[in-house]
Amino acid sequence: MSDEVTFVINGNEVVGTAGDNLIEACEEAGVYIPRFCHHNRMNPVGMCRMCIVEVDTGRGPALQPSCMLTVAEGMIVDTESDVTKKAQDGVLEFLLVNHPLDCPVCDKGGECPLQDQTMAYGPGESRFVEEKRHYEKPIPVNDNVFLDRERCILCDRCTRFADEVAGDPLIHFMDRGNETQINTFPNEPFASYFSGNVVQVCPVGALTAKPYRFKARPWDLDEADSTYPNAMGDRISVQASRDQVLRFQGVDSDAVNWGWLTDKERFAFEAYQGEDRLTEPLVRGGGLNEADPDGDELVGTSWSSALRSIAKAISDTEPAKVAVIGGSRLTNEAQYAWTKLAKGIIGTDNVDADMGDELPVHALLGLPRATIAEACQPGGTIILLGPDPKEELGTLYIRLRHAVREDGAKLIELTPSGTGLSSIATASLHARPGEVGAVARALVAGGATTDIGGVSADDINAAHGFLDGAVTVVLGRASLAESVTPTLEAADALAGIENARFLPAVRRANTMGALDMGMAPGLLPGRTTLDAGRAGFADVWPNLPDSAGADTAAILAAGLAGNLDVLIMLGADPIADALSATDAATALANIGTVVAVDVLANASTAAADIVLPAAAFTEVSGSHTNLEGRVSPVRQKVTPPGTARPDWMIAAELAGYLGSDLGFDEPSDIWAELAARSAVHGDITAADIEAADDGVLITARGRVSFEPPEGEVRVDPVDAYALRLVSARRMYDDGTIVQASPHLCGFAGAAELRVNSYDFNRLGVAAGQPVRVSSAVGAVEVGVASDDLVPRGVAVIDYNRSGADARNLFDLDAVSIDVRLESGA
Amino acid sequence: MTIPKITTSRWDVEDGHTLAGYERTGGYAGLKRALEMAPEAVHGEVKTATLLGRGGAGFPAGIKWGFCPPGVWPRYLVVNGDESEPGTYKDRILLERDPHQLIEGCIIACYALGLSQCFLYVRGEMAHGQERVAAALNEAYQVGYVGKNILGTEFSVDIVLHWGAGAYIVGEETALIESLEGNRGMPRLKPPFFPAAIGLYGKPTIVNNVETLSNIPWIVENGGQAFADIGGEQSPGTRIFAVSGHVNNPGVFEVEFGTTTFRDVIMGEDYAGGIRGGNDLKAFIPGGASAPWFFEEHLDLPLEKGTVDRAGSMLGSGAIVVMDDSTDMVRACHNLVRFFARESCGKCSPCREGTSWLEKILQRIIDGNGRPADLELLMDVCDNISPGISWPPKQTTICPLGPSAVSPISSVIERFADEFDAYIENRRPSIPVEATS
Repeated sequence: MSDEVTFVINGNEVVGTAGDNLIEACEEAGVYIPRFCHHNRMNPVGMCRMCIVEVDTGRGPALQPSCMLTVAEGMIVDTESDVTKKAQDGVLEFLLVNHPLDCPVCDKGGECPLQDQTMAYGPGESRFVEEKRHYEKPIPVNDNVFLDRERCILCDRCTRFADEVAGDPLIHFMDRGNETQINTFPNEPFASYFSGNVVQVCPVGALTAKPYRFKARPWDLDEADSTYPNAMGDRISVQASRDQVLRFQGVDSDAVNWGWLTDKERFAFEAYQGEDRLTEPLVRGGGLNEADPDGDELVGTSWSSALRSIAKAISDTEPAKVAVIGGSRLTNEAQYAWTKLAKGIIGTDNVDADMGDELPVHALLGLPRATIAEACQPGGTIILLGPDPKEELGTLYIRLRHAVREDGAKLIELTPSGTGLSSIATASLHARPGEVGAVARALVAGGATTDIGGVSADDINAAHGFLDGAVTVVLGRASLAESVTPTLEAADALAGIENARFLPAVRRANTMGALDMGMAPGLLPGRTTLDAGRAGFADVWPNLPDSAGADTAAILAAGLAGNLDVLIMLGADPIADALSATDAATALANIGTVVAVDVLANASTAAADIVLPAAAFTEVSGSHTNLEGRVSPVRQKVTPPGTARPDWMIAAELAGYLGSDLGFDEPSDIWAELAARSAVHGDITAADIEAADDGVLITARGRVSFEPPEGEVRVDPVDAYALRLVSARRMYDDGTIVQASPHLCGFAGAAELRVNSYDFNRLGVAAGQPVRVSSAVGAVEVGVASDDLVPRGVAVIDYNRSGADARNLFDLDAVSIDVRLESGA
Repeated sequence: MTIPKITTSRWDVEDGHTLAGYERTGGYAGLKRALEMAPEAVHGEVKTATLLGRGGAGFPAGIKWGFCPPGVWPRYLVVNGDESEPGTYKDRILLERDPHQLIEGCIIACYALGLSQCFLYVRGEMAHGQERVAAALNEAYQVGYVGKNILGTEFSVDIVLHWGAGAYIVGEETALIESLEGNRGMPRLKPPFFPAAIGLYGKPTIVNNVETLSNIPWIVENGGQAFADIGGEQSPGTRIFAVSGHVNNPGVFEVEFGTTTFRDVIMGEDYAGGIRGGNDLKAFIPGGASAPWFFEEHLDLPLEKGTVDRAGSMLGSGAIVVMDDSTDMVRACHNLVRFFARESCGKCSPCREGTSWLEKILQRIIDGNGRPADLELLMDVCDNISPGISWPPKQTTICPLGPSAVSPISSVIERFADEFDAYIENRRPSIPVEATS
């Protein structure tokens, strides 16, 4: 390669790449230079001066911070010279003069770079006899993160993270000189979805997180690298002591999350230890030893009794009247086991992991797929046709933000409202809900002459000019108040861009794994259809149904109509998540045997007849598939509480009660069967997944094809008195995990309706005052706020937050929904 | 040959700060001449003049002007008017007495280098100077010396006046740029942030001192050679020195650069007029608080950059601080170190922690709690900020502020260790503290 350079580290010639950061090039060559401020995922600042080394670039050796230099031909680096050592020792002493000696009570003690460095190289005694700097300790910078300014060495890592990485510059340096401190602005907490990361990057114990404070010493923790069950498949380290998970830390995976996590993930471990945790099988009426023979409450029972009841209910009816919904929480292996049980043993195709709020299977599997890295490639073009990543896919937001800010990628927002990326978007085309298809067609065609879908021709044509690079579409559902058809129209139009690729922005954990495992009507494992894959599975899946079954909406409708006898919910909460709340609740009441297999109690488990406690992801082994199709390992760290079991094992046991045998003793048995039969997983063994740091990417397209909508949707114009509705999820909502996490539940505020200041002023109400919002089918009362990220003529209502159920406004047969607002409600 | 007054010619003109007074005394002739010349020719005159930068480093302005990468626009001129080195007060008077001369210099520089915009950064404390510059700018805009189509030509440039918020560190050019961008005034690292390449808003930026630019109108009007003919061969022209401390007649004096000696300026009747009260000279700081100190034996050195550099100090910002034999050197040293400790921006560890540690040790010694090992400790802490304590200084810091605090300590310990010993052994000063009359 032409940019190869030869330089010298401590007398040894090393070949590197011109422009590489010197401190990292040295580390790659096996020479570690101590550092505090440098972080490989943030821009260098050269502030702590710890990494200062003697560098000769032809003008004689001079002390230079190695984090600020790039490798150049002929550079001579000496990290061990007397001058280097003296300078580094001096810097270490400076950092220690005001650093308190409270290591014995500091959470960082034992994993503290400053402590390690001092133990390794530092002086035995301090020459500093004066009074150290004192501050009140610690102070909260937000509800979960505490700052001890005495311990802080002012490395700028947390502040850089907040500004550069998270885009929430709410902590900053204050005062100057020796009085310099990190702090928040008065009355403005560090309200960031990503605040926990500053705790992880802090090189001393200055920043600590409330859920972990004083819980353990690092040397008492053991850890397992695992995958967080979110759509990004964030790589994490699960850290536990005495069989209890105490902390999640981000793992720096080049392909995925770069070490970052959202607070929603980082602090969620407590949910699995709380009182909402299901720890024993429950049954309505009867129970263990007939404890409650005539009762209507859920009472504890034994596994054998519960499973026998379920098996009997299944055996007593025909396969078509059995359905399985949910499963995106599960590992790939558990998904495969349950799909095999349902489709191959019981013989029903009424299996759907989607709660009706994702795009259809053919859109997620049938379009050319992109990886996260492809989406974020330098100089590329990203089209956001989906939800706000900052709210729904936190680490994807971080990756996209980095691509735009640091790597020259262009971002075109094709969203109904502004997002967390709007401030850095190259172009924002906020199509009126229902009309994004027309805007996308115009964007691809260019040369627009009139406004389309509420977007000006100039904006469309300007954005058209940015389609020159490699185009990746981040594809998902931006609004639950809009049917999927306009989004599919838009995807169809964008698919016409040469080499356009699609990154599915699904919101549930292992949705892509569920699709790969065939957890949808008409689908079989390996991205293939029931018909196309039948022959390959027939020998081990003897009872495969003849034709495609029902999706979640149809399953619930069948339940409402009395045409369903057994419903198994795998980590599903249709009462909270199905787009029609009343249908779900009524259906559950109507179905003879409703079985909930879940980790945490929720509204739907409370409505079930039999509840089976499942093990959480920290308690099972297996694998997870993220939105780009990357399979990475999920590793067990602790044992499940009570008698909770892994989901795959529950499926295997139930098969036994049904007189069958899934043939699985270990998760790896399941993967082996999958790999032997799936056209897309064939090359990959369980050992490959276990061995790969970044997981294994599945790139094969499979046999599912995108089905573009026929004709063009017609949307009636909005009348002058109405606003068009958008409904989207927020990071913190009334979801089960957030609500079960003591350090997160407080962030899920009441639902809010946001409108443009123009519409807000016309309304003539004070911010936060409730208004009555009514659509053709229903009405809610909700507090209203002014937000100029929302375009004129649009109203955005939070989904799944307390106070107002947005679903009351939804007409599921309509393409889009218009609402009227009345004040003084 | 009589030495002309180049930058201070209007200091005695009552209305020299107004447009009327400025034009009456020949103002804006340089700009008119420059606009008739090719931009490159104007730059050439400045190169010929060998005008050394007057901010501190003494780098030739003509060469600095050539550092802008070709073909990159926009590019900016930033005027460093954040004069805050203790003992330095020449720019303040230039701003107050002759603001149009600076404005003219700025416009000529922008013309010569094709600069897109000029930012005039004036120290927050210099309220009177700011008002004078603001008033002068308004006048200059009104008659078309600044703004669109200057003097009817195709050349247009705007000058933005920015008031600092009062931080010494902002006198450092990259910190000034940060401040101008609205950030905390903290220096950037060089490399890679050399302003000529990556400066204001990441664009090529020329940063010049107020006095440097105030020389430009005269150079363009009279030619670079006329400037080069004045003063020393290596340090041509005239230069303003500010003399303060224990002299009879403290003040600012424009002197022939490179030939005049320290003795001339400190002792000369036309200048500072000798040591107060007939006392003896004990020490003087030749170039602002950051400079290592000079003594009796250095008095006959010429005010010439190279000579002073070789003697182990610098002319810096042209501030000469004189101390007579009644001065307690330990306290004088503490006074300066305290200044640097307070003005440290806090960005890099050696300066943030080191300067305040030094200040605390000195305070402890003055309080009578010194220990014999403290001198060695002081010197070692200094060495960890400025390895080798050599001149010109090396540094473990980002910018020269940290090493600046080393200068007074090393100077005093080297020369007046006995005064430290008196504090440490007898727990009291060797020089009795007296009320000055």
